[in-house]
Amino acid sequence: MPEPMPREPHLSGGGRAPEDGAIAATGMGGTMDLATAEGETLEKTPGGPDGTGPSEKPRSLWSDAWRDLRRNPVFIISALIILFLLFISLWPGVIATQNPLKCDLAKAQEGSQPGHPFGFNGQGCDVYTRTVYGARVSVTVGVCATLGVAILGSVLGGLAGFFGGAGDAVLSRITDIFFAIPVVLGGLVLLSVVTSSTVWPVIGFMVLLGWPQISRIARGSVITTKQNDYVQAARALGASNSRMMLRHITPNAIAPVIVVATIALGTYISLEATLSYLGVGLKPPTVSWGIDISSASQYIRTAPHALLWPAGALAVTVLAFIMLGDAVRDALDPKLR
Amino acid sequence: MGRYVIRRLLQMIPVFFGATLLIFLMVNVMGDPIAGLCGDRQCDPATATQLRKEFGLDKPLWQQYVTYMGNVFTGDFGTAFNGQEVTELMASAFPVTIRLTIVAILFEIVIGIALGVVTGLRRGRPVDTGVLLATLVVISVPTFVTGLLLQLLLGVEWGWISPSVSPEAPFDELIVPGLVLASVSLAYVTRLTRTSIAENRRADYVRTAVAKGLPRHRVITRHLLRNSLIPVVTFIGTDIGALMGGAIVTERIFNIHGVGFQLYQGILRQNTQTVVGFVTVLVLVFLVANLLVDLLYAVLDPRIRYA
Amino acid sequence: MRGATHARWAACAVAVALAATACGDDGGGDSGGGDGSGIVSSSWGDPQNPLEPANTNEVQGGKVLDMLFRGLKRYDAKTGKANDMLAEKIETSDSQNFTVTVKSGWKFSNGEAVDAKSFVDAWNYGASLKNNQKNAYFFGYIDGYDKTHPEDGSKQTADTLSGLKVTGPNTFTVKLNQKFSTFPDTLGYAAFSPLPQSFFDDHAGWLSKPVGNGPYTIDSYAKGSVMKMREWVDYPGEDKAQNGGVDLKVYTDNNTAYTDLMAGNLDLVDDVPASQLKNAKSDLGDRYINTPAGIIQTLAFPFYDKAWDKAGMEKVRTGLSRAIDREQITETIFQKTRTPASDWTSPVLGEAGGFKEGLCGDACEYDPDEAKKLIEEGGGLPGGQVKISYNADTGSHKEWVDAVCNSVNNALDNDKACVGNPIGTFADFRNQITQSKMSGPFRAGWQMDYPLIQNFLQPLYYTNASSNDGKWTNAEFDKLVNEANAETDQAKAVDLFQQAEEVLRDDMGAIPLWYQNGSAGYSERVSNVALNQFSVPVYNEIKVS
Repeated sequence: MPEPMPREPHLSGGGRAPEDGAIAATGMGGTMDLATAEGETLEKTPGGPDGTGPSEKPRSLWSDAWRDLRRNPVFIISALIILFLLFISLWPGVIATQNPLKCDLAKAQEGSQPGHPFGFNGQGCDVYTRTVYGARVSVTVGVCATLGVAILGSVLGGLAGFFGGAGDAVLSRITDIFFAIPVVLGGLVLLSVVTSSTVWPVIGFMVLLGWPQISRIARGSVITTKQNDYVQAARALGASNSRMMLRHITPNAIAPVIVVATIALGTYISLEATLSYLGVGLKPPTVSWGIDISSASQYIRTAPHALLWPAGALAVTVLAFIMLGDAVRDALDPKLR
Repeated sequence: MGRYVIRRLLQMIPVFFGATLLIFLMVNVMGDPIAGLCGDRQCDPATATQLRKEFGLDKPLWQQYVTYMGNVFTGDFGTAFNGQEVTELMASAFPVTIRLTIVAILFEIVIGIALGVVTGLRRGRPVDTGVLLATLVVISVPTFVTGLLLQLLLGVEWGWISPSVSPEAPFDELIVPGLVLASVSLAYVTRLTRTSIAENRRADYVRTAVAKGLPRHRVITRHLLRNSLIPVVTFIGTDIGALMGGAIVTERIFNIHGVGFQLYQGILRQNTQTVVGFVTVLVLVFLVANLLVDLLYAVLDPRIRYA
Repeated sequence: MRGATHARWAACAVAVALAATACGDDGGGDSGGGDGSGIVSSSWGDPQNPLEPANTNEVQGGKVLDMLFRGLKRYDAKTGKANDMLAEKIETSDSQNFTVTVKSGWKFSNGEAVDAKSFVDAWNYGASLKNNQKNAYFFGYIDGYDKTHPEDGSKQTADTLSGLKVTGPNTFTVKLNQKFSTFPDTLGYAAFSPLPQSFFDDHAGWLSKPVGNGPYTIDSYAKGSVMKMREWVDYPGEDKAQNGGVDLKVYTDNNTAYTDLMAGNLDLVDDVPASQLKNAKSDLGDRYINTPAGIIQTLAFPFYDKAWDKAGMEKVRTGLSRAIDREQITETIFQKTRTPASDWTSPVLGEAGGFKEGLCGDACEYDPDEAKKLIEEGGGLPGGQVKISYNADTGSHKEWVDAVCNSVNNALDNDKACVGNPIGTFADFRNQITQSKMSGPFRAGWQMDYPLIQNFLQPLYYTNASSNDGKWTNAEFDKLVNEANAETDQAKAVDLFQQAEEVLRDDMGAIPLWYQNGSAGYSERVSNVALNQFSVPVYNEIKVS
């Protein structure tokens, strides 16, 4: 190959496709799909009127994606859930009129009763009110930490995978060190010095410890994607690095990042509770799903309802983002067009 | 290839020093551990001073680190506050944890990839939705609760397993704890595999393979799965750390005296010797694991080569 | 409602799971029949310190010492009275010089005789700074302690206590540095145990397998997993083991131990986890014990902080005390394993010993209106908010601190008046206390060393006492305590201590919260299980069927 190849990992170049080495087809229709027409209800049929065949005037891949997205029912449902979550995060008082901090120990662990549809938790606080009010902190932590981790991790990992060489080696070894830091130790050291009572130190901490994983995933994904024929072809045609990265690599390499990030969103919401449990997370009297889930876990044998509702809210949130991720991924997948 | 591996092995040296120094500093930043040794009362100052001297805590930090590293190279990882040698502690904790990790990773590989392939080939079908729901449950219900309920159900009600793992911790006793430990990672592996499969099944080489008339299972295993595994392998590589060092909840519930538990205790008691010792070994494990992952890339995708 | 149905289903599934066990029979284990040779398996945690008597300050190591050693005195498991064990007699004429006579015929399990020297050597060892014994301060009343254990960290100038003299094979004298009439009653504490010569000759060997003079010997000890204690057949004492031995099994979590008990894999859990207290009665029936122990929980205040020490603050402190609904919290959060406190001692002392129910009076009665009024009169909460500090890593304190805060908030009608302030590690928590960095009330707990009212007051509230964490100081209190210590008549001494306690009450030097019970559960295999006043099981009396 004429252009200088990254030393590590070294590419064999030559655009040899795996196994059968078929040359790229435009991929219209699903006729050769392995699981042909098995009722893919969640998927749109490719090749609609907005078809972007190579013969047409090239349009921005990203605007195409957006056009696809708007028509995808999965996207619409998930967007509605997310809008609802945003709404109750901003104005919880609209649907919950009680005070989440008002607790009557005499009612501890009691079940559903008029005015208190979800019953009471171990401290005698109203579970419904706390679930509604918990959205603000939990959604903020989950979304911001996920975004931070995903952006930082995929940019660093993507660059390392694309260029390889010494930069990749250094970055990979740094991630090795980060993996070695136990979360408990990191939390006790870094967060115990923080006096701020906002969510930002906690989010910052999650980004700091979370990015290496996404970085690895993105790196691996980019390393495989750049072997693909269309990337090799673009390179041979003299495309610039930035064009290749944006136009060819990112849309094809982003799927694993989206998958990991959407699931991680749920785990960050739980991690917030772990940090609070360690005494280094959000300062009391913060109301969050994570904290309520972790304290309700104690009473699982006597008052499972106190766990059910905040955990359910967390599950719905994760579901919405998983669906959103799926829809975005589908929209970005050129093979579906 | 050989040169690449050697270069990677050499890179371990700076990482090793960097990681130990970082952890050493972090544990020391936490403050004076002696105050925690006297229960709910103040250590008398004379004894506290004496203890500090005995554990070498009265020396400047850099000197403590140099002394510690010097000892490590002679195989002496120091002693915990209760007088137990850290090497002894590691010798009892690591074998158990390695067995637990193996069980958990086997679950991730076998169940996670199988479910991922099935759901990837049957997107939108009931099985896909069912697995998605299970995923949500696993993410939103704390491991503590899943572990406890399994323990009560299998251990107490049905008597299939012993609720606590014996000190020897043989493989068969670690099946349920391994499953609990793997549960969240299972969700990742399943969805990663599912996405890759769904994406790649439209790839040209799969179409070609189908067009050639290859049997379905051969297309799936040789062509589709093999090329879909890279994100999964990467993920499992990064997950080893969480499984080995971070299994605090699982190890506590099932009474496993493994690395996660000992490390957690060491951190809470600010026992530098224990924490640095354990983390040092863990760093070496990650380094090897990540090297293996990078080498596996070349196996899974022959276009990738290492010089 | 669909959700509620799910909840109910889950609850039923769990209930069924438990009912099944309650009826199930116990598992294997070394069943030795009713002849006293059966082995009891008991939950345990690894001791945090080497198992030397003067170096063990927590309950897990304490359990072993309790089986392994017998001292001059031994506290009755039920009444807490200090009875003579190895002491033939302890005589004094002036409450300062004591002559101890050791019973003859006692032996260590390695055959060595227990004599006066065994005690004096052990005490000298414990008091000597160079041996790093964490309980060294127990010997602080003995003359010469300032030489063997200089507080200021200067070089120790003596290896032995000048106040201890061996005067015969079985007699020795003790000279104290102050009058202390109830000194003999403190001698049941494990730190005062005798030690064999082998302890000094082969210290490492002794540590790996300690040898004592109690009813059990250590058969084997695998650190981190199990210690096997076996009956010492030739034990010369009256309180011989009623079982063949005890296997102390190390658990990572007491919840796991509890589950193992339900599954029939364990005979005794001596610390029922907080989360299971509500189920314990139904899971175990009458095999659940909940008996008073010599432990009191309080809230201490940082008196080094001007904001908490200024005039009028005693009203705020009393107001806080009255804003806490102890009754409700002990019932709901602790499931009655705590009793609302109404003085600063413990019911296990008994009335003769100094416990006086209601001594705190109104100041510990829950009355939200009065609480609000008192706090306003006193100038309000410093900074408008109290933060109750506790350590987050052990003991699940979050639950009760949150409950206390909710109670205060409800009383003051302000949902930000009180918040919990978790501190990551116990060491950090202790550091902040010892360095006087607390800015608000913090949890304080006291487990008695010996059942004396003196032990509940002097170490905690005397000016600059070792555990006076809040640095409360009051000349009147100190004077009364000194007088009480010099008093030889026990009733008069108790009366003086109670007067001191009233001084403490009027200034609300610390808020008494509740008396802690010991709670335990046991399997159907064993019987005659009880906890002593230190919440340690009385192992030697357990019978295995």
